[in-house]
Amino acid sequence: MATVLSAPSAAAGVDFSLSAEQELLVEQVRRFAEERIRPGVARRDREHRFPAEVIAEMAELGLLGMLVEEAYGGAGADSLTYALAVEEVARVCPSTAVTMSVTNSVCCWPISRFGSDRLKRAALPGLAAGGQLGGFGLTEPGSGSDAGSLRTRAVRDGDSWVLSGEKAWITNAGFASWYVVFASTDPPAGKRGLSAFVVPADAPGFAVGEPEEKLGLRASRTAPLVFADCRIPAGNLLGEEGQGFRIALATLDHSRLGIAAQAVGIHRRALELAVAYARDRVQFGAPIAEHQAIRFKLAQMSTELAAARALTYAAALVSDQPGQAERAGRLAAQAKLYASEAANRACAESLQIHGGNGFHQDYEISRLYRDVRVTTIYEGTSEMQRLVIARVLLRG
Amino acid sequence: MEIELTDEQKLLRDTVRRFAEEVVGPRAKEIDESGEFPRDFFDRAGELGLAGVSVPDEHGGAGMDTVSYCLVIEEVSRLCATSGVILSVNNSLVCDPLLKFGNDEQKREFLRPLAAGEKLGCFALTEPGAGSDAAALRSTARRDGDDYVLNGNKVFITNGTDADVALVFASVDLAKKHKGIAAFIVPTGIPGYSHGTHEFKLGVNASGTTELAFTDMRVPARQRLGEEGEGFKIAMATLDGGRIGIAAQAIGIAQAAFEEALAYAQQREQFGHHLADFQAIQFYLADMATEIDAARLLTWKAAWTKDQKKRFTLEAAHAKLFASEMAQRVTNKALQIHGGYGYTKEYNVERYFRDARITEIYEGTSEIQKMVIADWVLHHD
Repeated sequence: MATVLSAPSAAAGVDFSLSAEQELLVEQVRRFAEERIRPGVARRDREHRFPAEVIAEMAELGLLGMLVEEAYGGAGADSLTYALAVEEVARVCPSTAVTMSVTNSVCCWPISRFGSDRLKRAALPGLAAGGQLGGFGLTEPGSGSDAGSLRTRAVRDGDSWVLSGEKAWITNAGFASWYVVFASTDPPAGKRGLSAFVVPADAPGFAVGEPEEKLGLRASRTAPLVFADCRIPAGNLLGEEGQGFRIALATLDHSRLGIAAQAVGIHRRALELAVAYARDRVQFGAPIAEHQAIRFKLAQMSTELAAARALTYAAALVSDQPGQAERAGRLAAQAKLYASEAANRACAESLQIHGGNGFHQDYEISRLYRDVRVTTIYEGTSEMQRLVIARVLLRG
Repeated sequence: MEIELTDEQKLLRDTVRRFAEEVVGPRAKEIDESGEFPRDFFDRAGELGLAGVSVPDEHGGAGMDTVSYCLVIEEVSRLCATSGVILSVNNSLVCDPLLKFGNDEQKREFLRPLAAGEKLGCFALTEPGAGSDAAALRSTARRDGDDYVLNGNKVFITNGTDADVALVFASVDLAKKHKGIAAFIVPTGIPGYSHGTHEFKLGVNASGTTELAFTDMRVPARQRLGEEGEGFKIAMATLDGGRIGIAAQAIGIAQAAFEEALAYAQQREQFGHHLADFQAIQFYLADMATEIDAARLLTWKAAWTKDQKKRFTLEAAHAKLFASEMAQRVTNKALQIHGGYGYTKEYNVERYFRDARITEIYEGTSEIQKMVIADWVLHHD
């Protein structure tokens, strides 16, 4: 995995090219996704089967700890390189992409950013290079967009923290070895009383509930987590007590890049499928690509893809620049908002171009149409992105 | 990849912004109403190097890149879309083809004064019966000794009332259709050349839009740009670049509308709260900012691709389509945020809303951009 940490100087000017290392990685991940992920995609979707064997190979390629420093076994890649990799995987299998994105963005990233050296040494090498997966426990049955209202508790007991509560909609639940979990250490303080913890899957009192049946991303695992006096070492506190909400927001600011990139990958595939189908499908004696109504749909999808991509890449770029946190947060929210909404439109239009065939499970677009739907919901709904963006605009 | 401007570009942007705010802005409303062509703005822009931004120094221009050109057009259009298109036409549609297709003599005689802002150019392609279907033009150029004799009519010619030089497209052989078209550099004072009066339009009202008529107009053969039959190719290549300018113009209009809507929302109170406290208004603002940023990135990407000397047809069409339709949505929402006041001449958003409309039409309608993009998507992947 290439390491691209040096940002070009500001004086170099606008440049939309990828570095040689980035081009190489894109090529490598594209080939891997086509050869190793593609063959089982439709079946895993039908059987709701987690892509365990694929994940093991992705770990070998270094795709699970891309943002982790090399000292802890990661690839030390920049955020743009990471987004490019997620896009390539999502183009072939959005379920695998979110499995990858959750491990990288919302588990490895906050541990790297906020963890003590001891905690990093304990958790990161297995995640980044050992084939382990990560999870992120923020959402609860009663607290979705309003994350600050969560009810899971953590109480200090000697050298331990004891967690009790329930988390919902947890991607990678049951397959992950480590979870970044948010709980209140000071309930009267509200969101200022939240703290973040790193919970190993083998902690006593930790359990995973029944997997959810979902509209899409059926090969990704989503299930509740249950903490019944779950005991973890005191050193597994991430950052300081009371920093949990800030850690959650910072993590989501960054992780939105992963979801934006996932949406871009799905959008790209929806357009490719539409182009191929429109060329082949003959009606009224000619390929339907000859009809202007179809061509204009393709043009619109292509234009919106270019816009979504530009926003996503720009957000990734800025997220690595020091002192740009507010701008980076706004750009990531804009990228996630636009890319997810545009990808939903693209999948709907691509399915429309496929006609009745698009409604059949044998056609890839029918799966993408289901898979793409969640991109405007998870890691901050479109409505939450607009609130984040507006807050920055009105502050400035 | 990098999206930071160079220090020089930032300096240019600040300089042009100051020029636009101090010189162009104060009279934008007045010229919109009167329709008076702001020749003095063009002259002063020329002194700053804005008439031929991307033309090399040795040909009288400012020698800057295409991203810089986008900044110029955006900043001027932010205050006055009319002035933005006047500059865009001179830069993209006249200087650019002269630089790319002109011979040394043509560059010396015609490009230099245009790029320096001493002379104003216009681009004469569209005819009453040939809009999007430019190849259907009926103007003719008959060879006669060392001259061509041109006859025909052009319409919707920006800068037409004031131009000193026209780039005219006419057919040397109508039977050859687009392969019969040639381009001519025509000084506008010559016998047989005439132009109409300024036409009042919905927006960009002071851009000198008018019709041209050529009656047995004699043009020396040395003023033919490129070869006979190359005219259509020249026109299409030129419009690729022009689309970057129009995208930048659309962004400038939208940026102004957004800034004023943001300020208005924070100052106007209803139901005991500022408008900006309402989620519906916040969401409008969030979408507007997102789309403006996306349009700017697409436009810079097209400009950067052009500067890499790569084919940029797709990037320019993406940018022009997205930016113009974005400007339409953004100015509409800005007007909506202003409520009834936005519908009056008391606030600028009414003008921005009208000015944005043309960006979806000229230099290739949205429908033409979609034809270009679809063709690319179906044949170049």
